[in-house]
Amino acid sequence: MHDLPGHVKLLAFLAFMVIVVCTPITRWPTFVGYFLIIVLVLTLSKLPALTLAKRATIEFPFLIFAILMPFTAGGDEFEIGPLELSREGSIAGLNLITKATLGVACSMILAASTTSHSLLAGFVRIKTPSLFVQIAAFMIRYLNVINDQMTRMKVARESRGFVATGPRSWPIFTSTLGALFIRSYERGERVHLAMLSRGYSGALSSLATERVSRKHWIYGALFPLFALISFLLGMVLFS
Amino acid sequence: MHIPDGFINIPTAAGAAALALTGVGYSVKKAKGELDEKAAPLIGLVSVFVFAGQMINFPVAAGTSGHLLGGALAAVLVGPYAASLALTVVLAIQALLFADGGLTALGLNVFNMSIFGVWSGYAIFLLVRKTLRYSNSALLIGSAVGAFASVPLAATSFSIQYAIGGEGTFAPSTVFTAMFGTHLLIGIGEAIITTLTVGAVLKTRPDLVYGKNKRAKVTS
Repeated sequence: MHDLPGHVKLLAFLAFMVIVVCTPITRWPTFVGYFLIIVLVLTLSKLPALTLAKRATIEFPFLIFAILMPFTAGGDEFEIGPLELSREGSIAGLNLITKATLGVACSMILAASTTSHSLLAGFVRIKTPSLFVQIAAFMIRYLNVINDQMTRMKVARESRGFVATGPRSWPIFTSTLGALFIRSYERGERVHLAMLSRGYSGALSSLATERVSRKHWIYGALFPLFALISFLLGMVLFS
Repeated sequence: MHIPDGFINIPTAAGAAALALTGVGYSVKKAKGELDEKAAPLIGLVSVFVFAGQMINFPVAAGTSGHLLGGALAAVLVGPYAASLALTVVLAIQALLFADGGLTALGLNVFNMSIFGVWSGYAIFLLVRKTLRYSNSALLIGSAVGAFASVPLAATSFSIQYAIGGEGTFAPSTVFTAMFGTHLLIGIGEAIITTLTVGAVLKTRPDLVYGKNKRAKVTS
């Protein structure tokens, strides 16, 4: 799992999600199949499931949409306790929750099992424009540097006695943002000059790509293949 | 707000991805022309800036807070093509490494925020600045109007995608009203933050503001 090249994993997960999104929600046994596949991959990858579950909270804002649907859709209704729910709305809400959850699970497994270097090398392999790959490489490389800089600015702000209180504190934040932009931009210029002096010619040679064997592709293809089997089984048995 | 998987169907997502790819391809060409081999390190650092800027939470009222989206801000500071590329990279990294926004919805998100949001915001900025005859305050007012408009315009673009291929029971008109309404409010915050930030950069390094230097190129 961890050994697969970045682009093989990326394409495998993308194919898996395309199949998932195409499946009508009314074929629920198919989705049981999808969840089993994810659980299997998660087990094989030996990633800490609990840590991943905590990061999955990123999904929450969109769940509000899904939760509202059963109450607002109208049409055919049924009751659960004191609640009157729309059948159509519940199905649509369930559709969104199920697919978004599978999507978040996929992205998290991908992120947790792939180094950023392998992902960038993967970008090169699938013929992403080189400028784009380089921008992504610089972003990943300097993310922590700029983050630390932002933390230092925050500490400095607070040690001067600053407490954030509503929109009146915005000018303070924006001057931080302005300074952050100037520092990021100037760092960009410095980095560029330093690279030129070491003979930079516009290509990142450090992204020498990993060797991809047929075995890798077969392993990668198994993942969407299982999803396809689940999809077809569902279509034959429950249509 | 990033669209997750399963909210918009695959044909619509694929169409948006094709449009987004065209836009990104065009930006790559233009940004290379403008920045030469300086492009990669500079836009890379701008990406980090946008990403970090989105993490600063501005307290609004009673415990709520919002953050900057940064499309119009980046466009005014470094130009629309570099800004498009920076935001696209940010969205791609968020989808791939932070599970923010669905893999299959990446094309939709890139089109709404990095292409349509950035370019429409920048076009409005240019228009306002031209009408107000290129003074420093015109630059700030232009940034404000551009940033304000870019947010509900991106929301409109999302509503159109939902009308074409949305998987939900809300009527497209309801979605449009709700999205447009809330994003008008968000746009006000975006406008204030963008203008103040452009102002802060203008005070110390006016030479870095792309939207200011653009005039010299146009008139000379």
